[in-house]
Amino acid sequence: MSELVLPKIDKATINKKEYIFKNLAKIINSENVLSHADEIKPYETDALAAYTQTPLVVVMPENTQEVSDILKFCHNENIKVVPRGAGTGLSGGALPLNDAILLSLGKFNKILEIDFENKCVVTQPGVTNLSITHAVQHKNFYYAPDPSSQIACSIGGNVAENSGGVHSLKYGTTTNNILGVEIVMMDGTICKIGGKTLDQEGYDLMGLICGSEGLLGVITEVTVKILKNPQIVKAALIGFPTIEEGGGATSEIIASGIIPAGMEIMDKMLIEATDNFSKAGYPRDAELLLIVELDGTESEVDELLKKVSSICKKNNCSSLKLSKNEKERLSFWAGRKAAFPACGAMAPDYYCMDGSIPRGKLTEALLEIKKLSKKYELPVANCFHAGDGNLHPLIMFDGSDKEQLRKTEEFGAEILKACVRLGGVITGEHGVGIEKRELMCEMFNNEDIQQQLDIKKSLDEKNLLNPGKVYPILRKCAEEGRVHVHRNEEKFPDLPRF
Amino acid sequence: MFTEMKKNSQIFQDSNNTYYPEDELEVSNVIKELYKKNLPTELIGLGTKNFIGNKIQSAKKLSLSKLSGVVEYLPEELYIKVKANTPLDLVEKELEKNDQELAFEPIDFGFIDGGKSNKGTIAGHLSCNFVGSRRFKVGSMRDHILGFRGVNGKGDIIKSGGTVVKNVTGYDLSKLVTGSFGTLVALTEITLKVLPKKKLSNTITINTEDKKLVNKLFEKISSSSSEVSGAVYIPEEPKDENFDHNKEMVFKFNDLEHKGSFLALRIEGDKISINEKIKSLTDELELSKLDKTILDVHQSTPFWKKINNLELFKQTKNNLLRAVLPPSKGVKLMKYLGNKYKYYIDWCGSLYWIEVQSKKNAKVGEIKNLIKELGGYLTIIKISNEYDHEETIFTVDDTRLLISEKIKKSFDPKRIFNPGKMYRGI
Repeated sequence: MSELVLPKIDKATINKKEYIFKNLAKIINSENVLSHADEIKPYETDALAAYTQTPLVVVMPENTQEVSDILKFCHNENIKVVPRGAGTGLSGGALPLNDAILLSLGKFNKILEIDFENKCVVTQPGVTNLSITHAVQHKNFYYAPDPSSQIACSIGGNVAENSGGVHSLKYGTTTNNILGVEIVMMDGTICKIGGKTLDQEGYDLMGLICGSEGLLGVITEVTVKILKNPQIVKAALIGFPTIEEGGGATSEIIASGIIPAGMEIMDKMLIEATDNFSKAGYPRDAELLLIVELDGTESEVDELLKKVSSICKKNNCSSLKLSKNEKERLSFWAGRKAAFPACGAMAPDYYCMDGSIPRGKLTEALLEIKKLSKKYELPVANCFHAGDGNLHPLIMFDGSDKEQLRKTEEFGAEILKACVRLGGVITGEHGVGIEKRELMCEMFNNEDIQQQLDIKKSLDEKNLLNPGKVYPILRKCAEEGRVHVHRNEEKFPDLPRF
Repeated sequence: MFTEMKKNSQIFQDSNNTYYPEDELEVSNVIKELYKKNLPTELIGLGTKNFIGNKIQSAKKLSLSKLSGVVEYLPEELYIKVKANTPLDLVEKELEKNDQELAFEPIDFGFIDGGKSNKGTIAGHLSCNFVGSRRFKVGSMRDHILGFRGVNGKGDIIKSGGTVVKNVTGYDLSKLVTGSFGTLVALTEITLKVLPKKKLSNTITINTEDKKLVNKLFEKISSSSSEVSGAVYIPEEPKDENFDHNKEMVFKFNDLEHKGSFLALRIEGDKISINEKIKSLTDELELSKLDKTILDVHQSTPFWKKINNLELFKQTKNNLLRAVLPPSKGVKLMKYLGNKYKYYIDWCGSLYWIEVQSKKNAKVGEIKNLIKELGGYLTIIKISNEYDHEETIFTVDDTRLLISEKIKKSFDPKRIFNPGKMYRGI
């Protein structure tokens, strides 16, 4: 990996480690303050495992007041703090710093209230995304945003990253599905924003916090909106002989007024890889595979599926299958959900990219990536949340070959730059973290970035909360790393990633 | 510097000390000048919602009305990019051509103020973030903004967001400027998400005075998977002569013969799916036991227009309040309001529009305290002429106020834009 520039280490802080440890052990239960090398080892990295840093101390507070007391102490003593949820983030947002306290929200793991009457759940931030749905599904409710890592990622982390998922086009991302948050500011101030009401008045602080990657406050409570399950969900699995025809059908579906619950695309390399890996029964002759999922009332879904079918036929699809039952629908998804491990099985290493483009530019983007793949002589498999324009190219390479590694990084940066050129953005759902920090200037000029830094400064004037993340330290457009997976040894290899 | 000054002097300024810049660069140049001279400035569009918020003292006015027009509309990409002060009317007409719409149903505040439609601009709607009946289903305006360009209080041109739905690149400033009443940024360009227009709508009206039943029905509607896209309760008007008695006139429809209180819910889609939804709602809400009617599409469409035009409060001289609370607390508020106030409930039991007669101004404070107790918030939308009010326009606690002040300073360090419009002193 390229060398990572981190904020200058404050030696004075490191020198007073003992003092810090002792004081923290007074603020919270001393058992929840970890400093021994063996104890803090698991916290050295998040799911961007290529980078590791040893934190000064790890603290695991148990309630909001403790978080406030810790932050107040750190604020007064000028100690940096890195917040961490489940550590499943792919952009290094929770990467520790040598001279910073790592504040783990792992003990905030309880659902506090399930309120069916007001259609919301009040929860602590360490609760996993999926367990919220589990807690309400007996009454046919669910929590809509479904990042692929939902079995392990925490809801607090989801708020920090504004996580999306497969169903974002219809149901929005985290920011559209939360009603309230409690946050603790760097100076220890506890602030409640929103509650069980729709919207809030005044400045939309919740909108600001959501997606702020742990730079503005520590999330200690979240109130999420829950939705009733749709009456029926059905899917279509469609193969296309060319990228152009598949891309054309995708655009036409949206243009015809259909808003699918989910719409996914895979290219030929990924069709073959996933079919080998998961025996999903995909049409291997297709250049492009499209999965369209629709939900609603029975007649509505059937009508829309008819429309989707006729659009696909018009665009010369080579195969078309409609799910007859729930089992078949899930089988359509089986291969798609195995996309990442399937790539891991094909090459010693892969980089997972994350960018967004306008849906209509899909063909252009895929052809550009194909061209780049030839230029860099590296294979790439593409999956794409086509409904919301979120692209995940997976570049395969051998990390032991330094030249290949260098080329891969260049390749990745070129893809993201192409996303911006096509009217998109450098990250769709993985966040900026440290991974894409230096690419921020592809999208923003100095004034744009300065405004964001001014907000940060107004809420954390000493720049102590998660410093070195999101905003370029040197303001240079360098080519930094992507998600680097070596010999399928992904951090949390069991987590589905798609 | 000389060139810059010269440029500014060329920007048209009328006798009311109002600047009329014609493009983003001119906006930036004017603001740089105002910043340098430390001149508090009122940002104005078409002025249709000017009555909302505290009155402000300003040395200058900055009209952004010339920044108007569609920049880019890609129906298949589900977005429209417009210059910030494009009239809403124009945008709606443009979307209509492609059977698309702004799904959040912008409120036409023209009826309250002038008695007729006057929709204002996109930037004006964004600055208020007050939306209509479909909110509980599709989100408010803040959920439909994809990106913006604008000029901050120092005169720097800034942008955030883009044209795609999924975007986690940097802080989501688009949300922050939504509902900020022009106190953070002079908006120059806005990109909004658009959605396909539903083909048809039908409305079921249920006649009832029973407030507990109303609350129960709201609960059942919001728990239903039949995708109800509007649910309001219109209670009988108070007898008091200080309120305008226009309910029967506003909701005059052939199939709505009932004169008392009623609940109305909207179902949208094509004919088959509407029938399917009505059938399942008949079971879920036990409609056969209730006194109900169905308004066909010819009545349903204008019915919801009238709701979202706030026509019940047309040209009111009284105070108008907007309260949002957790729906389960509705019964308590309905009990308090009784038949002493003119009000109606929207957003399936979450949103209350309440008219308080000018003679009972002190009641505004009392209602606000009750709403706070119930876990909600209250915004004063319109103040009667006789009301020398001390209440804050918004409900906000000290901590949030402090944070708001810091955020304001980060955008507008010298408090040039609309000082005190939202919170006095900020």
